[in-house]
Amino acid sequence: MNHLRRHGWLLATLAVALSLPQLAALCGQDFYVSFASRLLIWALLASSLNLLVGMGGMVSLGHAAYFGAGAYVVGILSVEAPGWSSALLVWPLAVALSALLAVVIGAVCLRTRGVYFIMITLAFAQMLFYIFTSLTPYGGDDGLSLAKRLTLPGLAMAGDATFYYVVLAIFAACLTALGRLQASRFGRVLAGIKDNEERMESLGYATFRFKLVAYIIAGALAGLAGALMANQNAFVSPNMMSWNESGIALVMVILGGLGSLWGGLAGAAAFLVLEEVLTGFTTHWQIVLGLILLAVVFFAPRGIAGLFAKQP
Amino acid sequence: MKKKLLCLALACFCAASALAAEKIKVGFITTLSGPGGVLGVAIRDGFNLALEHTGGKLGGLPAEVIIEDDQQKPDVAKQLADKLVKRDKVDFGTGIVFQNLLQAAQSSFLGAETFYVSPNTGPSDLAGANCNPYFFAVSWVSDSYSEASGKNMQDKGYKNVFVIAPNYPGGKDVVNGFKRYYKGAYAGEVYTKLGQLDYAVEISQIRAAKADAVFFFLPGGMGVNFLKQWHQAGMGVPLFGTGWSFDQDTLAAVGEPTLGALNAAHWNLDLDNAANKKFVADFEKKYGRLPNEYASQGYDAAMLIDAAVRDVKGKVEDKAALRRALEAANFKSTRGAFRFNKNHFPVQNYYLRQVVKDDKGRFVNKTVATIFTDHPDAYVAACKM
Amino acid sequence: MSWPLFAEQCLNGLQFGLMLFLLAAGLTLIFGIMDLINLAHGSLYMLGAYLVASLAQATGSFALGLALGVAATAAIGMALEIAVLRGLYRRDHLSQVLATFALIMIANETTRALWGVQPLVLNVPAALSGSVQLFAGIRYPAFRLLIIAVGLAVALALYFLVARTRLGMLVRAGASNREMAMVMGTDIRWLFTAVFGVGAGLCALAGAMLGPLLAVQVGMGENILILAFVTVVIGGIGSIRGAFVGALLIGIVDTFGRAFIPTGLRALLSPAVADVAGPSLASISIYLLMVGVLFWKPQGLFPARG
Repeated sequence: MNHLRRHGWLLATLAVALSLPQLAALCGQDFYVSFASRLLIWALLASSLNLLVGMGGMVSLGHAAYFGAGAYVVGILSVEAPGWSSALLVWPLAVALSALLAVVIGAVCLRTRGVYFIMITLAFAQMLFYIFTSLTPYGGDDGLSLAKRLTLPGLAMAGDATFYYVVLAIFAACLTALGRLQASRFGRVLAGIKDNEERMESLGYATFRFKLVAYIIAGALAGLAGALMANQNAFVSPNMMSWNESGIALVMVILGGLGSLWGGLAGAAAFLVLEEVLTGFTTHWQIVLGLILLAVVFFAPRGIAGLFAKQP
Repeated sequence: MKKKLLCLALACFCAASALAAEKIKVGFITTLSGPGGVLGVAIRDGFNLALEHTGGKLGGLPAEVIIEDDQQKPDVAKQLADKLVKRDKVDFGTGIVFQNLLQAAQSSFLGAETFYVSPNTGPSDLAGANCNPYFFAVSWVSDSYSEASGKNMQDKGYKNVFVIAPNYPGGKDVVNGFKRYYKGAYAGEVYTKLGQLDYAVEISQIRAAKADAVFFFLPGGMGVNFLKQWHQAGMGVPLFGTGWSFDQDTLAAVGEPTLGALNAAHWNLDLDNAANKKFVADFEKKYGRLPNEYASQGYDAAMLIDAAVRDVKGKVEDKAALRRALEAANFKSTRGAFRFNKNHFPVQNYYLRQVVKDDKGRFVNKTVATIFTDHPDAYVAACKM
Repeated sequence: MSWPLFAEQCLNGLQFGLMLFLLAAGLTLIFGIMDLINLAHGSLYMLGAYLVASLAQATGSFALGLALGVAATAAIGMALEIAVLRGLYRRDHLSQVLATFALIMIANETTRALWGVQPLVLNVPAALSGSVQLFAGIRYPAFRLLIIAVGLAVALALYFLVARTRLGMLVRAGASNREMAMVMGTDIRWLFTAVFGVGAGLCALAGAMLGPLLAVQVGMGENILILAFVTVVIGGIGSIRGAFVGALLIGIVDTFGRAFIPTGLRALLSPAVADVAGPSLASISIYLLMVGVLFWKPQGLFPARG
């Protein structure tokens, strides 16, 4: 019965997600297709952070660094190598370079724990932010406009609906992979490290290496999200790396549900839809949003995903 | 979540289908929250005052202004622009304060052939090689104020000037504008961190460099910090800045430390023309404070749209005619006479202003000289339009 | 570089460091003792500056405004602790981050709604507005000397409070081992409320001291909050001594970075490269410092906890 209910939810979500462009077109509300793409990209960023925070217990306040790095790979290549217009080439490159960045930064950051880890990840993100802000050849603070979206064979990527399906497919693939990862031996070891790192160490696990691998995967996925966002907006700017964006990604994760596979999506959707609705009512919408977030902390400590989960 | 979105979409659909009545829709994206909110509020207030003066109409048709807060985030500005163009199908876009936000959002307006009237930021690329038939700036090019400052300091005979600006392309552009007209030597050229709090280090450097004058460009809160600290350091060196650092809101907030400072701008409270007198008096009556140049630009943006819509008799679908009407700029600007150049940027005067105390004890700018008369920007030659 | 300039820059570094210490002291107390990540510390600083500015204007006296503002902010801080933050002590750091992030949003918008978007006037009292001849060739703003004095006084007072008083003993016990302190039967709850009040009062003091130098506007807290966090982390969480050393270290590194890196690089590299690299390197110097410190000492310079 419970099984059925779960699949019911999954199917309903999938059905809505797949038919969204048609529904929007039916209503004459094409704008919400690109809103949905943006939402899914944020959900991907939040899900990647959830791997780090929810599964691995590594609270990072600098995750936007990879989001921005992935975006800048797309942006800088559009300036330096305008001929590389295929997403099949550029996106994997964005993922690889973000992962490489995560190797270097992660190796340093993971020497620390807890609050020190929060702050050292923030420090690296701030450094990147200031460097890109002053990087005149690539627009610096003004950012970098992209002439057009990258291409995929056989698809008209300029169309919002097509781009939405591409993002949806990528998000679904990443979420499936994250689900597999969570259930794998790697995921269980990571969960063990989150619970008690000393114990896992004494059991003979090289905990540093597990944490580093998780950090690299999270960085790579955030880089992918950044590359997608660059294409979505046809624009890249250092603001994507600011600590505020890292904070929002973290808020989405906690709001959605820490360590829950669907937490990233639930949190991103709740946050962005709330923002979209509230801004329409009052310029002081941040007070309302703040109160809602406070209510979540006190009354729904396991986030939105926790509300749907079976009570223990 | 998706369901929520669907409901939202349907709700909006119902709202949108009520349209049909003849009206002019304006999408107004601006920064209302965060430290940059001061500027956005000034522009919005100026725009709203203009609408009050036109009886809530633009070119004789009822006006619907959709005001959105971009939170000073480029991706939010981009999304709002998309929404206004695709969902609300606005006839005009306007309102954006900051250059990096306009750079993010402009393609949504211009790509959809929707006219955008900039009430503030005027990026040099849009004035030059990337000039666009759908883009109009009722303000200035980003380095015009510093060109005027440079000209003024060159004319005054300064020989050894210290320059300070934030370390980002906008800061360097402004300094380049200054260098175009000031030809003397430089006692120093310092680029500081964006959002820097304390300027003690730089002020010590200026003192040690024995400069005969200082030109600074530090927008927003950075400028407030610098001015307060400069004043306390008790420096005898003359201080010159752009009008952005000495707008009326800043003067009111900083007070005493601004007294005597010289700055360049294209507008001032005391400019002697009928439109400006009415604007200043009514603004103070409505909002209980004196307007600044941002407010005047918001006012002029609304008046420009009003005039153009009237000139085409409300037929905004005829984009070529509407463009000609906008180019004609058939309205009385608060800055006095001005016209659009072929790149859709103003040809106008720039003034030297000095901060004084008025008879009510308020700190205000007094116009002391005209630096440029009918001054075009430096980029128009590159514009193929 | 001449000696007077060098001496002046050292003074600038000291002064900037003490400026940060005023904020970091309260932050590290709350951080260390209650194990609470309070992102809203910057909001208390903003609130303090707004209250001092408004009260100074209303009463016409900077000193009176300062006293009333500090008291009011401390009271608001304690009310906040009782109403909201108390429920967060037993929660994980993440819940604290989310809740205090929400408090930032609420505080910023409420301030905007109450005071409007325009920055507030808060100027130096006339008696302190000039500059003082220190020794040959160096004039230094009187108000900045006051900041140095207040910073040192706060450091001393906190040192005395923590090392010599009963409250301090409880605080130290709480910081190094909370369970132990609870077992000892101390009423931890009032202790925490009191410490939070002290922290909030320090925020307002910082707001009053920095308000005449910095823009008093919405969002002023976030900008400096990060620097305060960096200070606390470099020093070691919960350690007043660490915050003091960390603050001075940051003040000196940041000042010397800005004063000497751009000119230094110009001597080493081509002007084109140096002009790009110099200011950028100077902007990130304190983050490099923090990464360096944490690389060698992952618990900060003076870890308070075993």
